[in-house]
Amino acid sequence: MKNLPLLFLGIFSTLVFSWTGLVLSSHLNLGYLTPTTSDLEENGDPIAGETLYPIELGGIAKTGKDIYIDQGCVACHTQQIRPKGFGSDFERGWGNRQTVARDYVYQRRVLLGSMRIGPDLANVGSRLSTKDWHYNHLYNPRITSPGSIMPPFSHLFEIQQVGDEPSRNALNIPEGSPYAPPTGYEVVPTERADALVAYLLNLKVDYELPEMKFSEVE
Amino acid sequence: MYERKKAAFKMSTDTTISPGSSLKLEGRVQLSRIDASLKNAGLFFLISAMLWLMVGTFLSIVSSYKLHTPDFMVGSEWMTYGRARAASYSVMIYGWANNAVYCLALWMMARLSRGEVKHKGLLVVSGIFWNVGVSLGILGILSGRMTSVGWLDFPQQVAPILVISYLLMGIWGISSFVNRKTDEVFVTQWYFLAALFWFPWIYTVAQAMILFTPARGVVQSVTHVWFVHNLFGLWLTPMALGMAYYLFSKVLGKPLHSYYLSLIGFWTLALFSSWIGIKYLIAGPVPVWLQSSGTIASVMFLIPVVVIAINWFATINGNLGAVWKSPTLRFTLVGAICFLIVSVVGVLVSFRPVSEVVQFTHFMDAHQHQGVYGFFTMIVFGAIYFAMPRFTQREWPSASLIWVHFWAALFGILVYGVGMSLGGVLQGLQLNDASLPFLDVMHSTVPWLASRTIAEILLVIAHSAFFINFFWMLLVKPSEPQQSPTLFEE
Repeated sequence: MKNLPLLFLGIFSTLVFSWTGLVLSSHLNLGYLTPTTSDLEENGDPIAGETLYPIELGGIAKTGKDIYIDQGCVACHTQQIRPKGFGSDFERGWGNRQTVARDYVYQRRVLLGSMRIGPDLANVGSRLSTKDWHYNHLYNPRITSPGSIMPPFSHLFEIQQVGDEPSRNALNIPEGSPYAPPTGYEVVPTERADALVAYLLNLKVDYELPEMKFSEVE
Repeated sequence: MYERKKAAFKMSTDTTISPGSSLKLEGRVQLSRIDASLKNAGLFFLISAMLWLMVGTFLSIVSSYKLHTPDFMVGSEWMTYGRARAASYSVMIYGWANNAVYCLALWMMARLSRGEVKHKGLLVVSGIFWNVGVSLGILGILSGRMTSVGWLDFPQQVAPILVISYLLMGIWGISSFVNRKTDEVFVTQWYFLAALFWFPWIYTVAQAMILFTPARGVVQSVTHVWFVHNLFGLWLTPMALGMAYYLFSKVLGKPLHSYYLSLIGFWTLALFSSWIGIKYLIAGPVPVWLQSSGTIASVMFLIPVVVIAINWFATINGNLGAVWKSPTLRFTLVGAICFLIVSVVGVLVSFRPVSEVVQFTHFMDAHQHQGVYGFFTMIVFGAIYFAMPRFTQREWPSASLIWVHFWAALFGILVYGVGMSLGGVLQGLQLNDASLPFLDVMHSTVPWLASRTIAEILLVIAHSAFFINFFWMLLVKPSEPQQSPTLFEE
């Protein structure tokens, strides 16, 4: 192996091989997917007038995704539902169907994740749709989920003295909870907490796609 | 002049266990000239690596402790688990591993090519920029600018600094090779040359396709797993393999068992390793044929593993006593064994039924740790034990500290590996049983997570001993020069 051009050619082409086979072929295969309706016309076009899926995030939910990213939520949570029969994603009620490539076409940052220290969140907005639950859970997860090892995100909240009357958005922490604020004080979410909760409530896989229908319950 | 030659000759024999090295006097003088020519740049990178190692060790133990004690340090947004965790592995890769590689690979490459290194000033300046880039990246993660793309967590603005400073450093290794003054080419040189090309390529492709002009949807995810596996498989792995080949052969003063095996090992690794990453998307939202191709590549990867292992162990066969006595080789041997373990485990987890249990669990964390720490870092430790006496012309001041470093690191690897692997399998089995509530499953992982903190404590001890020994050697001039290399006691 003294021939430098040959050595370099080899080094170059081995990586080209995997880049072409994995990355480029996926790009050609999946890089041009567009939103579509749950069912298709006979000629394969979306049905006019019906909703196109997936739906793009809007409003403060978009900001909420940035919070999700900068807090590093992806360290413990996936956003992908595996097929029924692989693991227990379906049985645990994490989603009615597996997620497919088209579900992610609007995401500028795809957060599939690789650890399930916490549960999957691809469909958390349908599973847990109560706002209060999410606020309490983020402020301290052990209010809603005793024994959870998720860290508190109390830095997204403020503790303040109760004014003439309690703030409308103050958290509803059960009395006697060790995480409740001292008497005369209340916990209110910051804009960041509002955005994050809006994002979580927007995470939904509650629609069918032509290539993936809901799995049957046996 | 004669005095200098004599000194150089003495130094080389002192640090070689087998005095019957094949090098002639002239060759030894040339080597010590190369050592001297890279002394300042090499030490700059090693000192940077050591400081990052300590920062990374601190961040690792904090994030490990936080995971089973979630109310620890509440209110400190900078150290919230997701950020501390990302910062800890980013420090270990871009701070510790890369700086160590810049020193050791460029130095070994220069030695093997018999070329003194010129314009070292520029090398150090690029190194400073690299470290400024890494520091900004870590501050970016901790202050809320992270990307949440694993192993690429630095804010994207940092990437150009890293790429440009890398190119100015990588070119040194390539130019030493191109201008080599030797006829033979040693296997280590292929590995280094290839890795020096591969790293900037995978890094810029990943930055471009995920962060700067994001590809649509899961194409990002495919690019990501391709990058993550290649950062290990085409950057850290070839660097560590190259170092191990060099150290086994050099310290024992023995030629490699087989030239042809090393040739086969190199090219099959290059071919199959880069395709393995896709196995992390088994059952994910990508076409099934892609997922299966990852399984095939993983199985094929057994070829280079077996070939490399035969070559290594045939080379050291009959010299195990010397291997065990030399700090350099004892660390390298553990790294080599971890390479075998991590490769075989890598094949197992690429099968769907196994993946169904261990995917997304702590088992994968243990698997990653065996690779990046047990394999790569242990070999780098060995290489640093070899390099420092040649840069400083001093011997390691304390054999006991090397002993502490070795055993604490080895037990750290074992406790981490056994605890998290076992805990991960149990976690996976429980997760797959939908009748067990998720919170119960989570709760039952806590003792295993605590065992990881114990492992991290062992690693703190190991790294502290190493750190003390390193700076002691560097800063304190011995009253009288030590006559023989520092070895483990019989």
